[in-house]
Amino acid sequence: MSTEAVVNEEVAAKPASEPLFSKKNRKLISNPLDGDNPITVQILGICSALAVTVKLVPTIMMCVSVLFVLIFSNLSISMLRKVIPSRIRIIVQLLIVASLVAIVDQVLQAYAYDVSKQLSVFVGLIITNCIIMGRLEAFALANKPWPSVLDAVGNGLGYSVILISVAFFRELLGSGSLFGFKVLGENYTGNGVMMSPVGACIVLGLLIWAQRARNGYREEA
Amino acid sequence: MSLNKNTNGYIFGFALLVILVCGVLLAAVSGALSEKQQMERELERKKFILQSSLGDEISGMTKQDIAALYEKRVEEMVLDSNGKAIDGVSVNQVVLGKEYKKLEKNGTIKKGENIQLPIYLVKAENSEDVQYYVMPMFGFGLWDNIWGYAALKSDLNTLQGVVLDHKGETPGLGARITEQKVQSRYQGKTVADESGAIVSVKMEKGEGNDYSNKPHSVDGMSGATLTAVGVNNMMENYLRLYGPYIESAKQNK
Repeated sequence: MSTEAVVNEEVAAKPASEPLFSKKNRKLISNPLDGDNPITVQILGICSALAVTVKLVPTIMMCVSVLFVLIFSNLSISMLRKVIPSRIRIIVQLLIVASLVAIVDQVLQAYAYDVSKQLSVFVGLIITNCIIMGRLEAFALANKPWPSVLDAVGNGLGYSVILISVAFFRELLGSGSLFGFKVLGENYTGNGVMMSPVGACIVLGLLIWAQRARNGYREEA
Repeated sequence: MSLNKNTNGYIFGFALLVILVCGVLLAAVSGALSEKQQMERELERKKFILQSSLGDEISGMTKQDIAALYEKRVEEMVLDSNGKAIDGVSVNQVVLGKEYKKLEKNGTIKKGENIQLPIYLVKAENSEDVQYYVMPMFGFGLWDNIWGYAALKSDLNTLQGVVLDHKGETPGLGARITEQKVQSRYQGKTVADESGAIVSVKMEKGEGNDYSNKPHSVDGMSGATLTAVGVNNMMENYLRLYGPYIESAKQNK
């Protein structure tokens, strides 16, 4: 029996067994980075974008945590998608997300104690981050594990890009430092607005403006 | 044959299974990490004690250096409510949050309770003389518990420094008690009046006022008056609790 025939048969039977990084799969990662960004376009997960972006280090920790939770919740929901009873699917999603967040919280407390204290309640609040539940409902429940993981990576990175840019400007203008190193000189007086969530709101607004101007966004009537 | 996923039996079974798996996973993670977390908390306590007393000296030090310095300079003691050292009790056995529950609202000790008060004596470098007396404090801010350490100089009156921390104060407002800028306002203030009675140091309402002539007042945090009230109560309660010890230590000088 020729192997070619078998391969052809498989492809015919399972049209989805495409290369791991097919064009469609690559789009799952690249779309949320810009055109379909969860924060600047879908305006989800704003709470943490405003709350934890005072300094770069905790922000990056937050992004890693969200990425972890997003990937593993998307993966597990996608694997369970055929056995989850639809009547209790939301609470099952919540349970899985909450467990993952609790794990992240425990690990941070053990290995990044200072950062975990700075992030305080916002690690726990990852549970309520709309991006996560949104991806579970909109994507993982209807797609296979691998595309779900890619979707999670894409959205997690899309979230991280915005958070880190906001944190960059807030730490630079608010404390005159980057990653805790003074870059604007010792005499720089921090901008109080940038230290408060108001500053994040302004920076985020400017980012959305810049992105929409570049992409030629039109508000739909 | 495909299983009917909408029967009650299936839903209960599924829910139970998911809960079991998540529960076991969480218990395993928590069990595996608890020792490391305990170590981190211990280290933070040591850091706070040294930070309140030695201040900038420890900035930039690694965790190992801090632990070594603590080992070298700090003597630990647990006091009873009369300011006498309790033998055979180590500070690690005292949980501040539990001791705090033995207090009435007004800061006096509840009837029939025996409070245990840890105190840390920071010795001068290469000497046995006590340079700073560091007292832990515990209280309640606006939303949740607050705690900290107050370091008195060897005159047992002047504050060398304080370290304050909290569980859930509002970020940007009450949470500012963790900022060095706010904590340094306590430096050089005195806790007793001329007669030697404890009056504590109060954080006043409003921000940006000059209190340099007032030894018992520090500038407040705008927008966080209730956290400041919590800090004031905490500091007063604990200075009073340590009062007997402060008295006897002064006389032994």
